[in-house]
Amino acid sequence: MLGKALRARYTPLLVLAALMVLVPLVSTSSFHLRVAALVWIFALAALGLTILMGYAGQVSLGHAGFLGIGAYTVAIGPVRLGLDPLLCLVLGAAVAGLVAYAVGRPILRLKGYYLAIATLGFGVIVALVLHSEAEITGGPDGMAVSRLSLFGWRVAGAASWYWVTAGALLVGALLALNIAASPTGRALRALHDSEVAAAGTGIDVASKKLAAFVVAAVYAAVAGGLLAAMNGLITPEAASFSHSIELVAMVIIGGLGSVFGTVVGAAFLVVLPQMLTALQEYEQAVLGLLIMVFMIFLPQGIVPSIRAYLMERLP
Amino acid sequence: MNGGPTSLLDVSDIGIAFGGLKAVDRVSFKVEAGQVFSIIGPNGAGKTTLFNLVTGIYRASQGKVRLAGEDITGLAPHLLVRRGMARTFQNLQVFFRMSAVENVMVGCHLSERTSFLADLLGLPAVGRQNRVTRERAMELLDKVGLAPLADASAGALPYGALKRLEIARALAASPKILLLDEPAAGCNPVETEAMDHLIADIARSGVAVVLIEHDMKLVMKISDRVLVLAQGRPLAEGPPRAVRDNPDVIAAYLGDHGAREADRAHG
Amino acid sequence: MSEFLQLVFSGLTVGAIYALIALGFTLIYNASDVINFAQGDFVMIGGMGTVFLMASGLSLPLATLIAVVAAVGVGLLLHRLAIEPARGASPVTLIMITIGASIFIKGVAQIVFDKQFHSLPAFSGDAPIPIGGATLLPQSLWVLGTAIGLVVALYLFLEHTLVGKGLLATAANRLAAKLVGINVTLILAMAFGLSAAIGALAGVVATPITLTRYDIGTLFALKGFAAAMLGGMGNPLGAVVGGLLIGLLETFGAGYVSSTYKDAVAFLMILFVLFFLPRGLFGGRSVERV
Repeated sequence: MLGKALRARYTPLLVLAALMVLVPLVSTSSFHLRVAALVWIFALAALGLTILMGYAGQVSLGHAGFLGIGAYTVAIGPVRLGLDPLLCLVLGAAVAGLVAYAVGRPILRLKGYYLAIATLGFGVIVALVLHSEAEITGGPDGMAVSRLSLFGWRVAGAASWYWVTAGALLVGALLALNIAASPTGRALRALHDSEVAAAGTGIDVASKKLAAFVVAAVYAAVAGGLLAAMNGLITPEAASFSHSIELVAMVIIGGLGSVFGTVVGAAFLVVLPQMLTALQEYEQAVLGLLIMVFMIFLPQGIVPSIRAYLMERLP
Repeated sequence: MNGGPTSLLDVSDIGIAFGGLKAVDRVSFKVEAGQVFSIIGPNGAGKTTLFNLVTGIYRASQGKVRLAGEDITGLAPHLLVRRGMARTFQNLQVFFRMSAVENVMVGCHLSERTSFLADLLGLPAVGRQNRVTRERAMELLDKVGLAPLADASAGALPYGALKRLEIARALAASPKILLLDEPAAGCNPVETEAMDHLIADIARSGVAVVLIEHDMKLVMKISDRVLVLAQGRPLAEGPPRAVRDNPDVIAAYLGDHGAREADRAHG
Repeated sequence: MSEFLQLVFSGLTVGAIYALIALGFTLIYNASDVINFAQGDFVMIGGMGTVFLMASGLSLPLATLIAVVAAVGVGLLLHRLAIEPARGASPVTLIMITIGASIFIKGVAQIVFDKQFHSLPAFSGDAPIPIGGATLLPQSLWVLGTAIGLVVALYLFLEHTLVGKGLLATAANRLAAKLVGINVTLILAMAFGLSAAIGALAGVVATPITLTRYDIGTLFALKGFAAAMLGGMGNPLGAVVGGLLIGLLETFGAGYVSSTYKDAVAFLMILFVLFFLPRGLFGGRSVERV
């Protein structure tokens, strides 16, 4: 019975929702709620990446670039163009999607580590532009971000942000699970296994890959916009190479292609530095070590490994 | 009788060179609906290269390919499937991390009607489409005798089953013409017999079958016409008996042993 | 004219460093198909190590020697603990492993050293040498000289020693090399060790000009990679030429176009090569396309 539940489509969503309700019951401290909100935000960004890397089998080492695009649109729009912040959140997603479409067409023709390097180059260039165009972006020190209003309600305070980001993640997870169980999902998984054979069934491989890339970019941009609005501040660091690597690490450590696994991975990598504040110096060393250990010994990721273990032992 | 006003598949003077080497050099043949057309030849004769040219994986440096009268030379592979051409691969390009039934469901891709948006939103139409696709896939698995293994991971299936899985997946696209690259390779006599019946079945339903094969008994038994390739050039083409008796073919390829085998098959 | 010459000198100097890093990439890539992201961190270990060792009283030559040996040690450990266990993993997994290694090395460097910029005194003084209306730093001569020396030494090693030829054989065809009795694992370890040594030496001679810090490795690695790609992935001559070209392009870009986007030159070059010149200038292994 448990085995059947593990296989059912929306189980991860229900578990996630249950978790989201549970957290504020366990602790009402603002600090904890803020950390949890960060987990939901990064999980959202990483979810897009799991669609691109886990389902479609591509790789992106520059994904934080899209996060930066979403974040800075929410920052720049209201301040320099007088637009409503919520509109800018949507606009940021649109801009990221367009950039992904333009850049994705040539880049996705590459494979393996050439694709990885090309996406890395893209991410670095975005970070560089955000860093250098100081008049528009505020340069290395970043810029302040106006408060977000959801249909008249000003979102402020750890609790409010907790629920807003949780809601966004739930929607993102729902969409990702939908894709997985659909013809599009099958097409993506097929081209992951064999592009030649996928083309042989009539799948337009190039356009499917591009679709996954654009979707992943949109996820990251929305996450970036929420991050900027929640923190009230954004710096080019958000689009940095380090962030891109952390996103990939979340996906791989938690479980490539697993929605719940991605959330676990995000939780792992967001909460860890918080726990290590006393040992802040060791943060990078520990992160590097974690990435190496997981990549060498558990390349499937935490959640799929656990799920496989359980499925073997259950009816 | 071959070469009607518009054959289903009309390959004329197709050729490709790699570096200085002409892997396929001015090969022509026609295939009619419901025909079983075999391509044979020694290893390195250019048979798979020819397949790759016809199915758009390689770009021909000369010649044309026409499908049901339409010039399809140089079209990308996924566009050819739309026009009714499907194929299997010599080195088994199966979707190893998906189950057997899912493999065939992917093959139904062209017949699936849901849009990307509908898929994203998980609309009821998607659930319906999934059910329809799965039913169709199960029918095809049944046809090739793999129904009991439907939910097994393709990676765990034995070689013979994988060959049939590929055929089921190719049939899912409702092709007018099916190209099979060495369907009986590595099969034991029982499996080869089953393959024989399957191919005959497919041809009877009106689908043309073009196959590359090394198993002479099978080729002589089921083919309507045979094309012999050697070093990229056509050596002979015609009904199996004519080809078998062709002295050039015997000299270049069949040899004494093969000629005797062929005799046994045809009595 | 003098400004032009000045830029040429600067460009060649920094280009020589990129060339050495690219050479390190090429060595490892040829022996194992692995793109070693931690390549730039060997440069950092050389520089930072020498700085701190000298600060504790050692002479420059001795400090350099120990720093280079340390870098080689790190390279060998990297091979043994991170690359060997993951043999057969997908290219992406391998890249992530070396990225993880790079992050780890940086993390340890922060603790062992510190997070400041550091420099070394120029080896033979600061007096700029006037040439053709421009000035050349004596340290630049050290950089160029070291680069030439290392390239020649590497060439001699690969072409004229048995061990070196073993490395070339492994690079050409690993299975064949195994079949003729070459210990491929040892060769791979050696490739890592050599790359580390080259990188570390480059770091030492470069520090008086470029300064050093615990995190300079990443940017150096990316530029070195761009150079290797430009020259043709896997081609040693290409790596050197690619490095010099990127150095020159970067410096001229900064001088005539915009200095803020100096770092972008290398990345744009990567994208340019990937799309328009997949085999690089000298025909390395080509990039796979769909």
